[in-house]
Amino acid sequence: MSAIYILWLRELKRYSRSRAQIVASLGQPMLYLLVLGFGLGPVFQRAGNGNYLQFVAPGVIGMSVLFSSIFSGLGLLWDRQFGFLKETLVAPVPRIQIMIGRTLGGSTVAIIQGLLVMAVCVIAGFRPIHFYTVPLAMGFMVLIALLFAALGVAIGSGLQDMQGFQLIMNFLVMPIYFLSGALFPLVGLPRLLAIITSLDPLSYGIDGMRSVLLGKTVFGGFTDLIVLIVVGSILLVFGAYRFSKIEI
Amino acid sequence: MIRVRNLVKTFGSFTAVNDVSFEVEEGEIFAFLGPNGAGKTTTIKMMTTLLKPTSGEIELDGLDPSVRQNEARKRFGIVFQDPSLDGDLTAWENLEVHGVLYHVPHKVRRPRMEELLKLFELWERRNDQVKKFSGGMKRRLEIARGFLHTPRILFLDEPTLGLDPQSRNQLWNHVRKVNEAEKVTVFLTTHYMDEADRVAHRIGVIDHGKLVAQGTPKAIKEQTGTESLEEAFLKLTGSTIRDESADSADAMRQFARMWSGGKR
Repeated sequence: MSAIYILWLRELKRYSRSRAQIVASLGQPMLYLLVLGFGLGPVFQRAGNGNYLQFVAPGVIGMSVLFSSIFSGLGLLWDRQFGFLKETLVAPVPRIQIMIGRTLGGSTVAIIQGLLVMAVCVIAGFRPIHFYTVPLAMGFMVLIALLFAALGVAIGSGLQDMQGFQLIMNFLVMPIYFLSGALFPLVGLPRLLAIITSLDPLSYGIDGMRSVLLGKTVFGGFTDLIVLIVVGSILLVFGAYRFSKIEI
Repeated sequence: MIRVRNLVKTFGSFTAVNDVSFEVEEGEIFAFLGPNGAGKTTTIKMMTTLLKPTSGEIELDGLDPSVRQNEARKRFGIVFQDPSLDGDLTAWENLEVHGVLYHVPHKVRRPRMEELLKLFELWERRNDQVKKFSGGMKRRLEIARGFLHTPRILFLDEPTLGLDPQSRNQLWNHVRKVNEAEKVTVFLTTHYMDEADRVAHRIGVIDHGKLVAQGTPKAIKEQTGTESLEEAFLKLTGSTIRDESADSADAMRQFARMWSGGKR
């Protein structure tokens, strides 16, 4: 247990020390929120979909949780590069504990990041239907964070160098984001796109947040919850398996 | 303390370690020498549970590291060839993480960390992030960390690589001090023959995966009829330059490349 705690703490310390990175990672969500929020707002309104800023805010929160959780898992690559991975793998601690410590640490950081972005959204004019639904949204953030941190570990366990990282970024992380319904409503889509978006786990995370924060949902909040728990559990097991197979 | 018998490790058709046997007594400093790619690091990796031997036996303090992994891991410390510190954490935090991972109780850990940081002359800098340290300081911290959980054996894989003579000298003095005070067995590899000559009680020379000589530095010099260990080493292993890339990870990567058609 103490091993899990110390590795969790390590992630938090590293996060709190990278102030420049914290600010930088707020930049992209703010760009989406403010530019798209105010830029597409009038069109969205005229199409009868209501306030776009309200709509996009949960998407942008989901995006920041996605990015920081998946990158925490991929951070394995840095630990491999800088050697710290070896130090943990040769310690008399079961690998599963190391994996859990990292994943929990990365998820915690992702949730903090998500809350920061939520605060920015509120400042920009975002209003949930009730502020007591915020803890429920946090529940969805936890599920999104765990799911993608585990996916990050599963991928990071096999990555050997930085080239792989770019591939993951362009062909996995960005598509997960763009196909999740973070930026557009998942209704009345072309059939193929509808199928693809329904295969993206982030779709359910963001839909879940919208269901609690805005009272609007496509899949239904309960379905969202079940899908996230099932897919998340599978990815956690898969991530742990991949992590146990790392050779250095 | 360490017993290795008929140890073999192959990667595909490449034999990295070929029927190596040796013993190291408790409290001894044993230097494992060999040219690049001779099988030193592969041997260390097998002894430290990072690789499974193809065949042969290893015993560390009476334990087989490939079977009783976690118990064996508690008994040794290792300083890797490449750095393995977390640069974003302070020196103190790096030790703290290590202490917790190795189950050193809180009450024992704190005084031990203080003692080691003082011994390795890092106490004043304990609250600085490690990325601000010089190469020599990082190495000292890694070695201090290796001693933190009072291991019975300390493995040092080329610990002085890239350090200036002052730092090297100081580092070995520290290692010797702990070796004498705590009767820790030290198993080291190095490319600096003068260091091996000065520090090690006994030496093993490995080449092309085979152990070609072992004994005290004096015995090895006598055996080869040479004046210095460097000459003895060259006489035993020849003077051709070796391919740098043939460490085990590279051998595996080459193997993988062979099978995946050059994708990696």
